[in-house]
Amino acid sequence: MTKYVLNINGAAQTVDVVPDTPLLWVLRDTLELVGTKFGCGAGHCGACTVHLNGVPTRSCMTPVSTVGRKQITTIEGLDARGAHPLQRAWQELDVPQCGYCQAGQIMTAAALLQENPNPTDEEIEGALAGNLCRCATYLRIRAGVRRAAELAKEEKSA
Amino acid sequence: MTTTKHPTSPGRRDFLRKSAFGGGALVLGYFTGGSGHALAQIAKPAMLAEGAEFKPNAFIQIGSDGVVTLVSKQPEIGQGIKTSLPMVIAEELEVSWKDVVIVQGDLDPAYGSQSAGGSRSTPTNYTEFQRLGATARTMLIAAAASIWRVPVAECYAADSAVHHRTTGRKLGYGALATTAATLPVPDAKDVVLKDPKDYKLLGKRIGGVDNPAVVTGKPLFGVDVKLPGMLYAVYEKSPAFGGKVVSANLDAIKALPGVRDAFVIEGGNDLRGLLPGVAIVAESTWAAFSARRQLKVSWDEGQVATESWSGYAARAAELAKLPGAAVLRKDGDPAAALAAAAKTVEAAYSYPFISHASIEPQNATAWFHDEIVELWAPTQNPATGQNLVSSTLGIPKDKITLHITRSGGGFGRRLSADYIVEAAAIAQRVKAPVKLTWSREDDLRHDHFRAGGFHFLRGGVDAKGKLVAWHNHFVTFANSVVRDGKASLQTGSGGSLGGDEFPGRWVENCLLEQTPIECGVPMGPWRAPGSNVFAWVFHSFIDELAHAAGRDPLDFRLELLGERDVVPGTGERGVPYNVSRMKGVLREVAKRADWGRKKLARGQGQGIAFHFSHLGYVAQVADVSVSKDGVLKVDRVVVAVDIGARIVNPSGADNQVQGSVIDALGALMYQELDIERGRIVQSNFHDYPMIRIGDAPPRIDVHYLETDYPVTGLGEPAFPPLAPAVCNAIFAATGHRVRQLPLSRTDLRWS
Repeated sequence: MTKYVLNINGAAQTVDVVPDTPLLWVLRDTLELVGTKFGCGAGHCGACTVHLNGVPTRSCMTPVSTVGRKQITTIEGLDARGAHPLQRAWQELDVPQCGYCQAGQIMTAAALLQENPNPTDEEIEGALAGNLCRCATYLRIRAGVRRAAELAKEEKSA
Repeated sequence: MTTTKHPTSPGRRDFLRKSAFGGGALVLGYFTGGSGHALAQIAKPAMLAEGAEFKPNAFIQIGSDGVVTLVSKQPEIGQGIKTSLPMVIAEELEVSWKDVVIVQGDLDPAYGSQSAGGSRSTPTNYTEFQRLGATARTMLIAAAASIWRVPVAECYAADSAVHHRTTGRKLGYGALATTAATLPVPDAKDVVLKDPKDYKLLGKRIGGVDNPAVVTGKPLFGVDVKLPGMLYAVYEKSPAFGGKVVSANLDAIKALPGVRDAFVIEGGNDLRGLLPGVAIVAESTWAAFSARRQLKVSWDEGQVATESWSGYAARAAELAKLPGAAVLRKDGDPAAALAAAAKTVEAAYSYPFISHASIEPQNATAWFHDEIVELWAPTQNPATGQNLVSSTLGIPKDKITLHITRSGGGFGRRLSADYIVEAAAIAQRVKAPVKLTWSREDDLRHDHFRAGGFHFLRGGVDAKGKLVAWHNHFVTFANSVVRDGKASLQTGSGGSLGGDEFPGRWVENCLLEQTPIECGVPMGPWRAPGSNVFAWVFHSFIDELAHAAGRDPLDFRLELLGERDVVPGTGERGVPYNVSRMKGVLREVAKRADWGRKKLARGQGQGIAFHFSHLGYVAQVADVSVSKDGVLKVDRVVVAVDIGARIVNPSGADNQVQGSVIDALGALMYQELDIERGRIVQSNFHDYPMIRIGDAPPRIDVHYLETDYPVTGLGEPAFPPLAPAVCNAIFAATGHRVRQLPLSRTDLRWS
């Protein structure tokens, strides 16, 4: 076991875990931040997506020993009030079915909007191609990202 | 976050302790589902002693603070039932949706059936839920009338309050709760349901009640359960189905860091029960996963290790030359009709085994304590979990408590309870709560699969282009089951052709035969069992016959459906088929999709199909483009749906229809498992691809025909028509007929 000080959602958290433990399981089992989901354990489905310094990252493939001082953002820390434009758009358009993949979808989309506040449908599909939704809510995911882009614009101009 | 016993809202435990799970202290409403007798059996609730809370039945509680708590008894698997069924109560209760809190009920006999399968949650509960809400409303009105000392007829309920018509006085439900709780439950005949024209909630687009928790990452799912002192388990089963453990390096595993225990579970022969395996129990999920990589097991794989998909396919081709093992339907003289037909078509269709691949891998948490076992599971059928744990481990059912968590997808997989009994069998050996988590590889390789199948078809049309002969020999998969000492073959779920399967009952010369292959592969229900492939086979072949006859595929189908209004089912269990409703959706979809009115270039095509399943009538038209190098793009799908008099929640309904369409497109395009040496070849999403956002059609238009029939479910019926609609469109675009799934098996290039 090794001690790591992780910077998670703006706060320092000390964990004592085996170095090869994927960040996913540190979040879920050790820190009880279970919004980040286990889907495939191999980087194929995107359910475990978090941000490392703002970059969408597969936490199931990221050993905790490689994280260092990078800022980790999970779905729980995306917005202090849980009111990120994507979180609002997802509720407004009733995007989720089972909801299991949606944290990963939202985290991936949040990084997209950060970089590209006005994405085309093709850009949305490109960014979210790595996130499986087994319920296939893809039409609403696409619409949800577009709506979030609008909400973010309104927020800026307000 | 603090450690909580329940992954759901904090109010839930408290409420359930006071009501349904009160250790038998309360007299609860009995729910008989659809029988019409439920209300007669609702006893006066015993929690009156607690004072200011109104609980007219096991599903409704109104606090003196005005909070209305409704129990959702059905498991939520993404079908939206936790939102839609409580809406039915809320409508009749005349309560504002904003005042409602919805809690997930545990498994409890007070709730009646709690199985979420077969799209039955809505049809079996709709009417009862109306009555439950209306009964509570009647009691609240009576309470207000007694407080005001005015006739009941002068009072009405609206917006979570009772109003006095003549004086404009009003009392909120919270203020009425104490008085209402003292009143007798009225007779069913004194409870009047609302006139649908006065509905305020049903038919409105309502977002999922758990959406706020979903988008902020709150614990909701089975895999999110965390208990004090909980340990984490994995369970390794034989890669070849049903193999037995000969030996394992348990001592080496037990010596690994973080591992608390490792042991063999003997298991049994039931392919959908507790199978033999090796359990590893550790201090974290990762410690268990890591230890498993060091696990070495010697297996007795048994006879199944000689089986392969290519072997099954070869056997099916041989069997097709013989008469079927069973005749499911024989009308007229098919052989003579085929011989006399003006045109005949002969074709073989096949599809592989596929996995459910629900995105939350199977998991369950079990805890033996205080002479009971407590279970938490993402399940579609909690009673099955309780029954299997009871029968396998010899524990009386009343000592087994089961908490239903939200499921990260169901699709039929969680009607099985193998993962629940595994968790219980492991926890029985450990003095702590244990969460069992399957890997994705476990999930893909130890599914209860959608069975593959082979259909050998012959059909004939007469000189006028009318379908006059149909012969289908279905070679399917089965396993041996022993009952009363006698072994027999039982086909997998959805792997048996009913004699009434369309176009049986419509074609005057019809022969439906079936031959099972014993396979040793575990099989189970997969979204729209049977229908999910039969619709593809039959509507593709009907299309072949329409083209052979030189007929428009829509006209050919309308003629085939004929002029009868309702076609009765065959035998006691036969389901009647309402031809008028099917023709209604067929005509609607043709109109909405501009069927036959579009000028299409080569490489573009429209295809049409319909299917009746799970009490729903659905027709679809797909518009596709196929590039010269054979790449398919589905440009638009139009869907017409008839599931009765009301769409409870159009937002949820659209989600189900659009999700079904894209799910069906994914199954058509990608899903395929190979079997070699009695085991699944694929392991994860890299070699078992699922549809992704880029393949979703840009448009899926959904039209509902609200007809004067009972309200039915929508989790499945929109799935089956998609694959044939798309394949028929591919034929129209390219001249290529798709007769094997998935689509990648067919070369779609054209020049």
